[in-house]
Amino acid sequence: MVLVYAETQNGQFKKAAFEAVAYGKKSADILGTSCEAIVVGNAENPGQLGQYGAAKVHHLNGSGVAHFDGKSYASAIAGAAERTNAKLVVVSHSSQGKTLVGRLAVKMDAGSVSGVNHLPEQKDGKLCVKKNVFSGKAIAEYAIEGDAAVFSLMGNTLKPEQSGSDAEVVNVTLDGSSEIEILEVNLQQGDAAPLPEAELVVSAGRGMKGPENWEIIEELARTLGATTACSRPVADTGWRPHHEHVGQTGVAIRPNLYIAAGISGAIQHLAGVSSSKCIVVINKDPEAPFFKAADYGVCADLFDVVPKLTEAIKKAKA
Amino acid sequence: MKYLVCISKTPETTAKIAFTNGDTQFDKNGVQFILNPYDEWYALVRALELKEAQGGTVTVINVGTSENDAVIRKALAIGADDAVRIDADPTSAMFVAKQISEYVKSNPFDVIFLGKETIDYNGSEVGGMLAEYLDLPYVSYAMALDIEGGSAKVTRDIEGGSETSKINLPVVVSAAKGMAEQRIPNMRGIMMAKRKPLNVVEAVAFSDKSKVVGYALPTGKTEVKMIDPENMDELVRLLQEEAKVL
Ligand SMILES: Cc1cc2nc3c(=O)[nH]c(=O)nc-3n(C[C@H](O)[C@H](O)[C@H](O)COP(=O)(O)OP(=O)(O)OC[C@H]3O[C@@H](n4cnc5c(N)ncnc54)[C@H](O)[C@@H]3O)c2cc1C
Ligand SMILES: Nc1ncnc2c1ncn2[C@@H]1O[C@H](COP(=O)(O)O)[C@@H](O)[C@H]1O
Repeated sequence: MVLVYAETQNGQFKKAAFEAVAYGKKSADILGTSCEAIVVGNAENPGQLGQYGAAKVHHLNGSGVAHFDGKSYASAIAGAAERTNAKLVVVSHSSQGKTLVGRLAVKMDAGSVSGVNHLPEQKDGKLCVKKNVFSGKAIAEYAIEGDAAVFSLMGNTLKPEQSGSDAEVVNVTLDGSSEIEILEVNLQQGDAAPLPEAELVVSAGRGMKGPENWEIIEELARTLGATTACSRPVADTGWRPHHEHVGQTGVAIRPNLYIAAGISGAIQHLAGVSSSKCIVVINKDPEAPFFKAADYGVCADLFDVVPKLTEAIKKAKA
Repeated sequence: MKYLVCISKTPETTAKIAFTNGDTQFDKNGVQFILNPYDEWYALVRALELKEAQGGTVTVINVGTSENDAVIRKALAIGADDAVRIDADPTSAMFVAKQISEYVKSNPFDVIFLGKETIDYNGSEVGGMLAEYLDLPYVSYAMALDIEGGSAKVTRDIEGGSETSKINLPVVVSAAKGMAEQRIPNMRGIMMAKRKPLNVVEAVAFSDKSKVVGYALPTGKTEVKMIDPENMDELVRLLQEEAKVL
């Protein structure tokens, strides 16, 4: 059995939850077994995970899991893994998943691989799986020793497709209390997806000259429905908020499309973005290192090109 | 307060990545190693700030061979009081967590800091494993941490925002950007570091549950396609039809 932890936020499934279930189902097919999902806390229609491949959904709720706490959630997930005799547990490589993956591995005495971005394979009787290492500069293949495994799944690894119908939901009540008292949650306003989950990202660097010029970047992002990002010096000097900083020391992302305007492409910047599926670089310097990592390049003044690109997208959408 | 900071050694960010032994081992040849930036800039510096403000001690711990002594001395030069090295070549995150947990079981600490991840294997695993071995709460990707009485107030990064919580000590925390600012060791720190204690401890037996069996370099990126700046319609067409991302 493959057991997938499907994350929610304010009772709604995250995009990462559907990806994790779809990955769990594909892994289960490879291993010749079935896939079930576990949902913890409030969730609207947990049965919908059936459409992504879960044969059954275990819905855990109650005072013991009222808000996210790695310790109680890991206990709940490991408990469900034991009841269902799961050999592979999949979580998302998200802020929750990163808290859970190590805990689950120790609890289940399992081999863990975090940030997997390939489907597993069975090789010489061992479960093997690949992930990016050295900030995307290499790929490592891991083998699981023993018979249980825990993976955390990198976002955007696969596109979840809907088919099939809703699954049976088994409700479980968990009483108890948490050692963590939540004082405050701050979520950014706006419709754009949070950076780690975004499929389309528009990013800009020092080539923008100053924070007052960002309107053209925001307009391009709005037109695409993309999330905005920036290079480190731009966040460090306060031109843009810190949560937009991508790269080695900021957020690591792998969207489907990454558009970089006025960013030179330093190795520490690339470390956080080079796994993007498609990279478009706009830079006026033909020698900018970023062009070497790009799929498409436009060598010109960004103040000229960015508005033109926005217009072209508007035209294509109309 | 007793603070423990877990520090690791990683290849320098611009190091050339290559493999040997039939692509089963990282090629250390010519590679310069550094203290993992998150451990150094955020975890260690925040521990030092707390000690300076409220008193206490800061110990750094590393699982590694004597090759690591130089980076451990750097942490002492930045300001840690003493260091522990568990003498073994770490083979997995669980191996590291197991070793540190055994040490902490007989030498308790109030706050155990880690970096959010190592920049080589990008795991983010050791913290959760350590917390589980010690049966302690764990907060990952913390951007701020303050000690108030017997509890920690921690703000952590969550998708699209942040979450602030209160947790009774002891606690395990992994540090991310925002927690503190990098400190450069000064001459006096470097001189003093030579005399600070670095205790070498024997490792306990542990067999890995997961192992790297092979490495590969990403398949060559196709040559960049340069687009005429006057023809953004063409770029949009390529993004739709060739790259299929729009
Ligand atoms: C340990 C370490 C960690 C780091 N971590 C990160 C990280 O996480 N993320 C990160 O981004 N950086 C990081 N850096 C910094 C990194 O090395 C670079 O300094 C930084 O990425 C440069 O930012 P930039 O590209 O915006 O600016 P610059 O390097 O100044 O580049 C600006 C670019 O804009 C172009 N340009 C200027 N005007 C125009 C115009 N009108 N039209 C078009 N193009 C124009 C220029 O040709 C140039 O290529 C780190 C550095 C270190 C040492
Ligand atoms: N060999 C090691 N010795 C001590 N601490 C380590 C070691 N490896 C990793 N860590 C700590 O664990 C954190 C997360 O590492 P990882 O889970 O490998 O990404 C690092 O930032 C360090 O604080």
